[in-house]
Amino acid sequence: MTTPILSVTGLTMDFGGIRALNHLDLNVNAGEIVALIGPNGAGKTTFFNCVTGIYTPTSGDVILNRPGAKKAISLKGLKPNKVTEKGLARTFQNIRLFSKMTVLENVMIGRHCRTKSFILGAILRTSFTRREEREIMEMSYRLLEKTGLVKHADDLAENLSYGAQRRLEIARALATEPLLLLLDEPAAGMNPQETQELISLIKEISSDGQAILLIEHDMKLVMTLSDRIFVMDYGKKIAEGNPEEIRTNPEVIKAYLGEDVDA
Amino acid sequence: MFSFNDIKKGALISLWFIFLTFPLMVIKVDPIERIIHWRWSNAIMIGVGTFAVYLFMQFLKYRKEQQIQNRTVKDTEELSIIHRLIAEPKKRNILFASLMAIVLIFPHFVSTYQTNIMITALMYVVLGLGLNIVVGMAGLLDLGFVAFYAVGAYSYALLNHHFGLGFWVVLPIGGGLAAIAGILLGFPVLRLRGDYLAIVTLGFGEIIRLVLENWNEFSKGPSGISNIARPGFFGMEMSLEGSILYLYYIMVAFMIFTIFVVNRLQDSRMGRAWIALREDEIACQAMGIDKQKTKLAAFSLGAFWAGVVGVVFAAKTTFINPASFTFLESAIILSIVVLGGMGSIVGVIIGALVLILMPEYLRALSEYRMLAFGAILVAMMIFRPQGLIANVRRTYRSEKKNNPA
Repeated sequence: MTTPILSVTGLTMDFGGIRALNHLDLNVNAGEIVALIGPNGAGKTTFFNCVTGIYTPTSGDVILNRPGAKKAISLKGLKPNKVTEKGLARTFQNIRLFSKMTVLENVMIGRHCRTKSFILGAILRTSFTRREEREIMEMSYRLLEKTGLVKHADDLAENLSYGAQRRLEIARALATEPLLLLLDEPAAGMNPQETQELISLIKEISSDGQAILLIEHDMKLVMTLSDRIFVMDYGKKIAEGNPEEIRTNPEVIKAYLGEDVDA
Repeated sequence: MFSFNDIKKGALISLWFIFLTFPLMVIKVDPIERIIHWRWSNAIMIGVGTFAVYLFMQFLKYRKEQQIQNRTVKDTEELSIIHRLIAEPKKRNILFASLMAIVLIFPHFVSTYQTNIMITALMYVVLGLGLNIVVGMAGLLDLGFVAFYAVGAYSYALLNHHFGLGFWVVLPIGGGLAAIAGILLGFPVLRLRGDYLAIVTLGFGEIIRLVLENWNEFSKGPSGISNIARPGFFGMEMSLEGSILYLYYIMVAFMIFTIFVVNRLQDSRMGRAWIALREDEIACQAMGIDKQKTKLAAFSLGAFWAGVVGVVFAAKTTFINPASFTFLESAIILSIVVLGGMGSIVGVIIGALVLILMPEYLRALSEYRMLAFGAILVAMMIFRPQGLIANVRRTYRSEKKNNPA
């Protein structure tokens, strides 16, 4: 058994007296697609925010294990930009693109943490800076090709259709070369055809060996894509397993549909 | 063309204006004769004038609507003349060359007084470009920009006074000290945005001014520092006219240097990060941009230019005191950026020239000068809220993929 690339242990998050996450454990292995599901308000997005450094968890730990690296790194308490640098990249439930920048520029921003040139380099436009800019451009372009956004490369991000904006967010996150990609409800608000396109996109990304952790309500997407599913309710993990096990798990059915009166 | 409603509304507005200006324009107290002059003719003039202006505005609106109706979709990409000029390299070069020629020969055809005004205008161009980094690109509203200007001016004044350091030595020092002040201000305000940031920076500007005003041992308080050396040219003695001319060319060189640097910054990895930070801070961090570093870079780079111009200011006037660094200065620099067009380099240059030169050339209107100035500002913001030359950002074009520059 290999060590998981992301292992979350005993993650707890309190907001005042409310415990949003209650001793949550979760592992993601390399190359896996793991889905996190649960009713509204179960704490899924809070979980993402804790893992990516937007919130600092009350207790528990988030360990990132880069294959081949000597030591595992704890992500707890790191700033969001450091977390991204270490290898987690995320998308947002409510799309957060840089709406007044072009599609290509949005992806180029994703390359920021993998590049270095600073003020002096920019002013003198050294050969290093120029080479780096070219690399940023080429890499961004490749990602746009992959996500099918090349024809929109020069459009402003705000002018894209909803589905395309979602895909752009994924492209932007991929530009940071993440070890693990976190998708927060990627199919929210999409029509069936867009969802279908998204499923094939995620499959394609995954086939490159990219590990993905996703939150989703669309059960069709979750059941087709996931290798494993975690089910949360009221900040706690209530079930874990492959799609077939989850489908028949009585706890899960109870959480989603309520308890049978006769039971 | 004008409906009855338009005329009714116009009449009401005229009445309202007569009422508003009544104490100022109609009543005139003669304290010697102890009588009141009722200048009713003024009231009538204001009424008629307001009515005419209103009708004219309605007419413009009506014409605009007509145009929109007649217009087809094709000219959605309508850009201003200047943008079209800049877009074509050939025309652009001719434009720049002729502009340069005008700028270079300008002082030889006008009086020293005019040259002096132009130096001030150029100083504000550079100040505007500096603030443009902070406000226009990074979207951090800074109301205390004048503090950095003061830091630059006082570093030259004090270093010159105490140690006899020359203009060229202090120039980078002044800029550097201002940049450090920018970082010092930047640290506590890293978490703030928008209105809150504006208030803190406003306070910072006042702190610097009050320290300079009250710390007599350090800055000689309100009486200021006089006899500051003018910039030297390899120890040559210059006449007053000569040194003004010299300062003019220094300022021109600075402006070109600033435009060059700001332009490159805008197109760099840093510039992209600033714009992204302006758009969405959380997304920015999630994409791995160090908010702290990026904001501090914006603050210190903006402050650097203010510091450099501060040194020039001290050298130009040879006398400085805290009264030159009031909030009004910050407000004017901010107006330059907003009026010119946030984030637009050409816009800021034109904004600075308009805002600084207009009050000078409106002197013909004597006491109504500031009134006209204010009216023009108000009108500008109503009719062109995006600024004189709205920023059409040079975006990264995908053609570059085939022939990487």
